[in-house]
Amino acid sequence: MKKSVFFGALAFTGMAAGVAAAGTLDDVKARGKLNCGVTTGLVGFAAPDANGEWEGFDVAVCRAVAAAVLGDGSAVEFVPTTGKTRFTALASGEIDMLARNTTWTFSRDVDLKFEFVGINYYDGQGFMVPKELGVSSAKELDGATVCIQTGTTTELNLADFFRSNNISYEPVPIETNAEAQQQYLAGACDVYTTDASGLAATRATFEAPGDHVVLPEIISKEPLGPLVRHGDHEWGDVVRWTLNALIAAEELGVTSVNMAEMAAGTNNPEINRLLGTEGTLGEMLGLDADWAKNALSVSGNYGEVFEANIGEATSIGLARGLNAQWTDGGLLYAPPFR
Amino acid sequence: MTTITDPPQGAFRLSMLINDTRYRSYTFQFIALIVLIASAAFLMSNLFANLSAAGLNISYEFLRSPAGYDINQTLVEYTSQSTNARAALVGILNTLLVAFLACVTATVFGVIAGVLRLSNNWLVSKLMSFYVEIFRNIPVLIWIIIIFTIMIAVLPGPRAFRGDDPAASMVFDAIAFTNRGVYIPAPVWGPGSLVVVGAFLLSIVGVFAYRRYATKLLYDTGRLLPMGWPSLAILFVPTLLVYFALGMPIGLEYPELKGFNFSGGIKVGGPLIALWFALSIYTGAFIAENVRAGIQAISKGQTEAAGALGLRSGRIMNLVVLPQALRVIIPPLISQYLNITKNSSLAIAVGYADVTATLGGITLNQTGRAIECVLLLMLFYLTISLSISAIMNVYNNSVKLKER
Repeated sequence: MKKSVFFGALAFTGMAAGVAAAGTLDDVKARGKLNCGVTTGLVGFAAPDANGEWEGFDVAVCRAVAAAVLGDGSAVEFVPTTGKTRFTALASGEIDMLARNTTWTFSRDVDLKFEFVGINYYDGQGFMVPKELGVSSAKELDGATVCIQTGTTTELNLADFFRSNNISYEPVPIETNAEAQQQYLAGACDVYTTDASGLAATRATFEAPGDHVVLPEIISKEPLGPLVRHGDHEWGDVVRWTLNALIAAEELGVTSVNMAEMAAGTNNPEINRLLGTEGTLGEMLGLDADWAKNALSVSGNYGEVFEANIGEATSIGLARGLNAQWTDGGLLYAPPFR
Repeated sequence: MTTITDPPQGAFRLSMLINDTRYRSYTFQFIALIVLIASAAFLMSNLFANLSAAGLNISYEFLRSPAGYDINQTLVEYTSQSTNARAALVGILNTLLVAFLACVTATVFGVIAGVLRLSNNWLVSKLMSFYVEIFRNIPVLIWIIIIFTIMIAVLPGPRAFRGDDPAASMVFDAIAFTNRGVYIPAPVWGPGSLVVVGAFLLSIVGVFAYRRYATKLLYDTGRLLPMGWPSLAILFVPTLLVYFALGMPIGLEYPELKGFNFSGGIKVGGPLIALWFALSIYTGAFIAENVRAGIQAISKGQTEAAGALGLRSGRIMNLVVLPQALRVIIPPLISQYLNITKNSSLAIAVGYADVTATLGGITLNQTGRAIECVLLLMLFYLTISLSISAIMNVYNNSVKLKER
């Protein structure tokens, strides 16, 4: 009897997953709300502000997709997920897309059956240590106790890094960024390691950020991007091209300030196609003609989103670096809108 | 002439399956069984159909691939290149370790608190009921986190032990209490140490033999031999004699500060301590109530009769009340032990690498094989729980009232 109840529960989960797999775009339109998976709280990327409104770099992607599909950037239900729960949440259909600084890897793409629609942040794993330890390189960390967020690519990179340098360490697996911060500050671990952007974001919330240094070594490639379920290509296209629209808009010089003016028509046909005054790109996606305009009107183009949430003017203070447009020596390169 | 014959033994007719009370119950049970099997089969086929539709297939191949991550407390040999199955084994051993330790200490806490709660001393009994109510009524996850947080906040980090005038120092120069765990000296086994260990094991056997002999003597002749100090003497004196006779073959390796951490000695990790302590003190409160119930279930007449025979109160408790109370205490105690084992799966809250954290956490996450991992976890916890149950039932049978 026990067995059958258990298999019943399993089968039920299986059915729920099966049902949710078809037609996410229609589901979102019918629901009038986008379910977007984000972190449980990482300042600058996704965290609720003092009024309980979610804001951040990843949140902006969710809002842009919601605006492109539903015409309303606030029609988003944010679902906080941990490193452990995020893939199950996406695979089961609990969320429509995941924008949770998730690294694009082969096995996640191929074996876990997800589709990474692009890269919105080029990152790499780094180490943060208290200044008083006097450590200047990650290779001096022999025997250190290292706090890591469990369920991420970081713990695999970490194991590889220490193994290839033939030095030892003691891992302390931690569920969320907040707990990691607490343990690191209490001295229960010597080092905190995660993506360099996450380290900067975490350090910005410390009382004395100057007492901690991020070591120069970046030990991995961490291309972070939004992802959707494998197999639903219409929905994948919507999310992919919304992200591309944000990136292309920066390249084309479309900002939230001059957009109204440009939407009236310009002599650059690509801008016209992007903003829907020329061609039928929106229709091809199954969206309104002004989908990209809506997406851009929420918080502007990629550059504006970057500067507002994690840029050098914010407490997180990240430079554009690899995340500059290709024309400025970065890696951002949106395919043409035609 | 009349012949009396038996009423004809009618052949079995199909309708008897419904109309005859002898067969009806079988019919219905059979139908129920068919329905049960059919619905289970339907749900299973549904599950597999949907899994394959979603492009997922059940496969346990991942258990043989390298895990790729490190674990901070390993009771067996393990590196990041070991297989996922090995990582699961490490987790299983860690679960069993903390469950075993917590079962032992929870029982000690529970028996002490349960007995003291019945004390005539107002202060003691109120203190114990305060303990029981506070710990029983707050979820164990919160206790685990509270104890761990207090530990890392109050105890000094290894850095505090450094320098000429360190902020913290080791107790007896041998034990270091840090917020990463407690470092204790480790024994170093020199040549001849096996003899010492052998002598110690023999002494343990000797203690039991002596106690049996004393009991037998008491029952046969009524002569009362002292129990306490001879037991202690048998336990320690021969071992110590052998130890010094062989020139102290077992040494101690003291932990010392080296680099970022202490090295040498044995490290009892902070997560283990927090989890162990939280589980024992939480479950101890439940066991205290079981013990109290068991003691109160013994009629007061028993105590009075024992008193009339001239037994002192300590002996009344040990010889008369507790042996009878055990048969009331043991069955609920089994379920408390099961609770400890299952609650140990909260380990990840403090970063303790139990089986839920390795197999059901990191491995699940890195391989994405959620269904397989969860099935294995269920199988593991089920097996362990049933084993504990079986062992405790054997014990229960040995202490229960023998009816003749």
